[in-house]
Amino acid sequence: MAEMMLRDAIVETIRSEMRRDPTVMMLGEDIVGGMGTAGGPEAIGGIWSTSTGLWAEFGGNRIIDTPISESAIIGAAAGAALAGKRPIAELMFADFVGVCMDQIWNQIAKFRYMFGGKSKCPVVIRLVYGAGFNAAPQHSQAVYSMMTSMPGLKVVMPSTPADAKGLLTQAIRDDDPVLFFEHKALYGTKGEVPDGDYLIPFGHARLTRAGEHATIVTCGMMVGFAEAAADSLAQDGIGCDVIDLRTSSPLDEEAILDSVEVTGRLVVVDESPPRCSLATDIAAMVARKGFASLKAPPELVTAPHSPVPFARELESAYLPSPAKIIDAVRTVLAYR
Amino acid sequence: MQLSRDELLGAYRRMTTIRVFEERLHDEIAKGEIAGFTHLYCGQEAAAVGVCDHLANDDFIVSTHRGHGHCLAKGVDVKGMMKEIYGRATGTCKGKGGSMHIADIDKGMLGANGIVGAGAPQAVGAALAAKMDGNGKIGLSFSGDGACNQGTTFEAMNMAVVTKAPCVFVFENNHYSEHTGPAYATATATDIAGRAEAFGMKVWRANGCDYFSTYETMRELLAYVRAGNGPAAIELDTERFYGHFEGDPQRYRGPGEIDRIRAERDCLKAFRQRVTEAKLLEDDDLDRVEAEVHQLIEEAVVEARAAPLPTPAMVLEDVYISY
Repeated sequence: MAEMMLRDAIVETIRSEMRRDPTVMMLGEDIVGGMGTAGGPEAIGGIWSTSTGLWAEFGGNRIIDTPISESAIIGAAAGAALAGKRPIAELMFADFVGVCMDQIWNQIAKFRYMFGGKSKCPVVIRLVYGAGFNAAPQHSQAVYSMMTSMPGLKVVMPSTPADAKGLLTQAIRDDDPVLFFEHKALYGTKGEVPDGDYLIPFGHARLTRAGEHATIVTCGMMVGFAEAAADSLAQDGIGCDVIDLRTSSPLDEEAILDSVEVTGRLVVVDESPPRCSLATDIAAMVARKGFASLKAPPELVTAPHSPVPFARELESAYLPSPAKIIDAVRTVLAYR
Repeated sequence: MQLSRDELLGAYRRMTTIRVFEERLHDEIAKGEIAGFTHLYCGQEAAAVGVCDHLANDDFIVSTHRGHGHCLAKGVDVKGMMKEIYGRATGTCKGKGGSMHIADIDKGMLGANGIVGAGAPQAVGAALAAKMDGNGKIGLSFSGDGACNQGTTFEAMNMAVVTKAPCVFVFENNHYSEHTGPAYATATATDIAGRAEAFGMKVWRANGCDYFSTYETMRELLAYVRAGNGPAAIELDTERFYGHFEGDPQRYRGPGEIDRIRAERDCLKAFRQRVTEAKLLEDDDLDRVEAEVHQLIEEAVVEARAAPLPTPAMVLEDVYISY
């Protein structure tokens, strides 16, 4: 075990997987940084510092600094994967999926199926997502919900440095395409990270707090908010299960249903907007499969049906918060 | 460079296979035997075969919605393809892809593609994979004059140049983007290769209705790319004998246009004339190839009709490798 920041867990995982497997490669904008400038290669080293030192160790054939061409980045990753490599493509901001959606949506997600199961496309797309940085409507979105709706993709969002390692290692070794969502506000989060080979299988949620009164289901940056809410409620004698999904596709339905069977009360916390979202998906699943367990209508704590605003006050109002989660838990508990 | 008798017969067989395969599809679609959208490649056979005759299984190509010719030229199984287009469980893609999505990775065929322009970046990726291995292999994108107006094509060309990827961009200019002419849709209607040139690529131009023109030009181009000089492009001037899709009434064609291109720009006729006049092959040799191909296509149709249909449970197969 070593304590490190989530961003370092990412770069160390990529480094060790690249050492282990010569087919792993990486491509993205400014992942080396400074190419073609007076400062020279690695003058920046990736704006999120999640690729620092990789170019120096593995060279330009495996660490490919690309032009600003998201369709070509994801398309090239797709082609390299079909040709036998394990590419890791970085989207500097998850919002940029809009630029390259065809390559994700119509290409990578569908190859195996439409080619009759005779191909594999082991691409990892790392997407830097999330609000809280005053980065405004086009650099702040949590777009994992729409990706979760697309068959053929796996969708992952780590909340701790240890999970970042375990889930990214799994993602790189996984034979299916994986969208790996990294919340920009979590890069500096510190935590203990297991040494050596560490894989977390997809579809296995993590129970981060245990309690018998309510179930809080969440992911990504919202996990910390849910834990803060649960810790605060615990002081009032209210116990909450906090379930960190880790992956939204596949979804650990069992973990959610087992918890709701005990608590009978569900709160889903989701950073994405509320319509056709991860939150509504989980609420619908529980309504259908866990109806008999429910003692109250599920509460959804989500972003509103609006773009992510810029100003601090507006963005705070936009994001879910521990206080909003506490209110939601009290609401489900107060129901009859 | 003079091709051997076997090489010539092989080229004629491959081009004829595409022609007969598709003319049969045309007939069967008209009878209602085949569902969905089918885009025929007839008229462009010299392009696919003239290019792919230089490629090995581990040279990777990506193709288009008009992809049957590229698949067949790259060695994808004729009968498997016919079954696929018939929507059979034993088709190349188990009936999941159909005409527009035939792929065979083992043959280096990374997929026909229903999205115009989607393939070019994928060819760059295959080329970057080859560059990583340093094995002299290439990634090659077939696209039409329609796809040359997609941003993905421009992104791909730029990225190939700046990463020095061993990538080949083949532009088959058949003078139609679906139902629209290049004079309207393409800013450099008579010069697509010039676009690649503008990205700093070395480019070639050839007659895509002439096997020898395409084949000999590609020899030179591929020697350049395989030597590690980075990407290159070629524009092939060719013709589409049928509509954009089967069922297209083609009201956009000029009077007598189809008769003219079939009379003047048929790659099979040109090939036959060239090799018989040069006494490289006899008419009988070519007739025999044609008879064998007709037999093969007949068998392919008979077997496709008899092949098992997919079952509803197969809907959920192959979405993931593990889930």
